[in-house]
Amino acid sequence: MTSLLDVRDLNVTYRTGGGDVPAVRGVDLALDPGDTLGLAGESGSGKSTVALALLRLLPGTAGVTGEVLLEGENVLDMRWGRLRAVRWAGASIVFQGAMHSLNPVRRVGDQIAEPMAVHGTVPAGEAPARVTALLEQVGLPHSRSRDYPHQLSGGQRQRVMIAMALACEPRLVIADEATTALDVMIQAQILALLRRLVAEHGIGMLMISHDLSVLSSTCDRVAIMYAGRIVEQGPAPEVVHEPAHPYASALSAAFPRIGDPASRLAPRGLPGDPPDPADPSPGCVFRPRCAVAEAVCAAVDPPLWPVDPDTEGASTRQAACVHVGPARPLGAAGSGGVHAAPTANPTEEKRP
Amino acid sequence: MSAPAGTPGTPEAGGTDRAGEADGATAPASPGALARRRRREALRRFAREYARNRAGLFGLAALLAIGALALTAPLLVDQADLTITGAPGTAYQPPSAEYPLGTDNFGRSVLDLVVWGSRVSLTVGFLATAVSVLLGTLVGMTAGHFGASGGTAGRIVSSALMRVTDWFLVLPTLVLAVALAAVLPRGTGTIIIAIGLTVWPATARLVRAQTLAVEARPYVERARALGGGHAHVMAWHVLPNVMPVVLAQTTLLVATSIIAESTLAFLGVGDPTTVSWGGVLEAARNAGAISSGIWWYMVPPGLAIALVALSFTLCGRALESVINPRLREQR
Repeated sequence: MTSLLDVRDLNVTYRTGGGDVPAVRGVDLALDPGDTLGLAGESGSGKSTVALALLRLLPGTAGVTGEVLLEGENVLDMRWGRLRAVRWAGASIVFQGAMHSLNPVRRVGDQIAEPMAVHGTVPAGEAPARVTALLEQVGLPHSRSRDYPHQLSGGQRQRVMIAMALACEPRLVIADEATTALDVMIQAQILALLRRLVAEHGIGMLMISHDLSVLSSTCDRVAIMYAGRIVEQGPAPEVVHEPAHPYASALSAAFPRIGDPASRLAPRGLPGDPPDPADPSPGCVFRPRCAVAEAVCAAVDPPLWPVDPDTEGASTRQAACVHVGPARPLGAAGSGGVHAAPTANPTEEKRP
Repeated sequence: MSAPAGTPGTPEAGGTDRAGEADGATAPASPGALARRRRREALRRFAREYARNRAGLFGLAALLAIGALALTAPLLVDQADLTITGAPGTAYQPPSAEYPLGTDNFGRSVLDLVVWGSRVSLTVGFLATAVSVLLGTLVGMTAGHFGASGGTAGRIVSSALMRVTDWFLVLPTLVLAVALAAVLPRGTGTIIIAIGLTVWPATARLVRAQTLAVEARPYVERARALGGGHAHVMAWHVLPNVMPVVLAQTTLLVATSIIAESTLAFLGVGDPTTVSWGGVLEAARNAGAISSGIWWYMVPPGLAIALVALSFTLCGRALESVINPRLREQR
């Protein structure tokens, strides 16, 4: 069975005046229908760049290589007309900041009907009925369709954006920080709504957020990005509660747990700044901020490696760290077998 | 969030407070009726805001009066009286009960000339403005849109369009209009085209700037993400957001166009077969009205031009301040 979304070795490089800046480096993602995948990471880690690359929405200064297979069809090779047809009908986006993603001079009902008009999926006469149905799905009364965006609250506007994303019945919905600007109550409502829609329609959802707690409550699987690479991925509860990669554990520890005095009294942040993506120095990019870095980390940029080689399929956990996988004994055994570790990795040859 | 859907009486429905005072929140109105009422309300609010601007109100009243005068001119003025051979009075009669503004060198009533002249001045003012606003909006929006999101080819098209605009902008407007009016066959249509082709660059630049601002908004990116092409983005998202600026610019341009028409007529490149305010001024100058102190020949058409231009400017400013709330607060 072809998976809904299959991203293979995605690289995005921004050409700037100061040289090429790789924003996304060799990202692989897979998503089946009815699945939810969370993509987490700090600002500048490349999450939104991945989302925009999936529908080729990046500006002309971005060079994209690799493959983005949407139901087996490579988005990056598509002709312009086919691409326009796939946008929204194949995969739609719930943008961050719903207040700005709605045109202030158009009624929200017309804006929900906009993708239907662009794609001609629904005859013009039936569009109002479809808008009513969509608004009811997201829990808004149909009288709201005649309102302008400024007459709605933030949560209502986000609901409108979700209704718009569903207008052409896409197979994939990309939620790019869909709940970030909302308060926690509304956030919970929107997340419940997204969960329900995914379950009802069997669509796949790629959810992008910097908030691990949002992802762990919504997604089946989570991938953690750092400096344009996926450093860990696996089932959400395991990645969030028992992270294998030092960056994932720092990210997870940054959220205080309610009822746990230790996390409240000793909040753990992560020292240092995110790396400059334009800096081409070798080795693991997380090394300067890593608490468990070793000499070998300066030489080896570890690929994703199964954390627990016995598991298969969806429960597979992978992490990109020399402390994970066959290289694990290194930390205990000293630097004796340093050079054996990276060459033993079967995925090593894939890297450019 | 699953409150009773669709009844305007619930707090969920938009604008309940406004709708409620009309029907007492009893009968649930149909969406159509609700929309009509809301539109009426919006219009009333607009009128109220406009009415707070006294200068704008004066401009509007003057324009309505002049417009009515221009439309009813055939009833008030006998066209035969405007011909040189059919002039009713004798030359250079000072203002009197029979001729409130005196007569010209042929014995025609200056009041009749000024009333009749309003027709040409207003027609040319409106049509030339329409030509220039259409052209300016088209060029400005195309340049702005493709410059922002058309890739390399788009940026080339955009630059080319803006260089053409710059070229028209640096040409002295009057000289270009005179040259065009002299080259093209004589007639009112020529004057309209000559003025329309010379005053559009400012509109183009203005619209381009506004287009660039709108193109940077996330909803334009969203429109592209949902598969909208260039035409869709421009017609659906950019144009409605550019319209307020275009509207305000239009009212200001009408004044410019009327003055330009009068100038061309005064310089003698207008249509000699029609009576216009500029044409009357030119005739007065040719007849030596200034040196011989025939003030009633010169002053009325001049005042008429000033009044119409002033009225349009006042209306434009008032409209601008209603549309742009930031200007309103500063007053």
